[in-house]
Amino acid sequence: MALLQATYRDAGAVTVLELSGRITLGEGSALLRSTMRELLDEQRLKILVDLGDINYIDSSGIGELVSAYTTAKNRGGELKLLHLTKKVHDLLQITKLYTVFDVHSDEVTALRSFDKKSA
Amino acid sequence: MHSNVRPNGYGGWRLIKMAEQKHLDVTLDTQVESVNLAEEMCLRVAEAAGFDEDDCYRIGMSVREGVINAFHYGNQERPEKKIYLAVDLTSDKMVIHVLDEGKGFNLGDVPNPLAEENLLSTSGRGIFLMRSFMDEFDVVAGRTGGAEIIMSKKLPNPDGHPANNNDKGDHNASHQT
Repeated sequence: MALLQATYRDAGAVTVLELSGRITLGEGSALLRSTMRELLDEQRLKILVDLGDINYIDSSGIGELVSAYTTAKNRGGELKLLHLTKKVHDLLQITKLYTVFDVHSDEVTALRSFDKKSA
Repeated sequence: MHSNVRPNGYGGWRLIKMAEQKHLDVTLDTQVESVNLAEEMCLRVAEAAGFDEDDCYRIGMSVREGVINAFHYGNQERPEKKIYLAVDLTSDKMVIHVLDEGKGFNLGDVPNPLAEENLLSTSGRGIFLMRSFMDEFDVVAGRTGGAEIIMSKKLPNPDGHPANNNDKGDHNASHQT
């Protein structure tokens, strides 16, 4: 079972957080939590989370994504999702979170959506 | 078949194979690793029983959520408590039991995670996912006094299709509460 890996890069004013592996109870959720805390503490308030290489999320991982979303929002920032796999897409659909998150399938479009918001 | 073997990391396991039914008993420690272990074991049983990739995913996720529930809510993450996992393969379905040593709970008291006020909750989706992904789901008072989750999935037919048309996969799961 592939553990979660997290890397991030700058794309203009947006930080693209690229995740791969599994976001599950234990190390996966903990890594996502600590990475998000690090980004927000560095005042990186516009975060695009690329889930293209995430093949599995459990309820703990869903909770961590929701927590990241609300924490970013409470600090005046934004968190959006990019490149959902079918399993993750379906999971967000049945939990009704697809209507909560701003989800994109194309990075350029996703990055532009941040600009629109701040304009 | 194996019996009374006690590998490291969990309390022990027992597999009994009879003519028409296979039964697996596992005693798990209350630790995060037990969640992965339970999922992996049940995935192997599901694959051997002929479930397709999507159903294996649903079964694995449900076992995972059941053990997380026992680990976190039932046993309160207390290491001296155990989690009892049992799997039965009958002639028509795979039945999974997850029993904890907590105080038990009433299904009716579990908040609906799809309610507007709960959508941004960071927890409380495990029961919903198990209900969505399995054909049958219930929680009863177990022999330990804790909660016993009982859930099942119809076995696929030999040609690889589900045994009936009541596929409770991702598409109609949103009707569950």
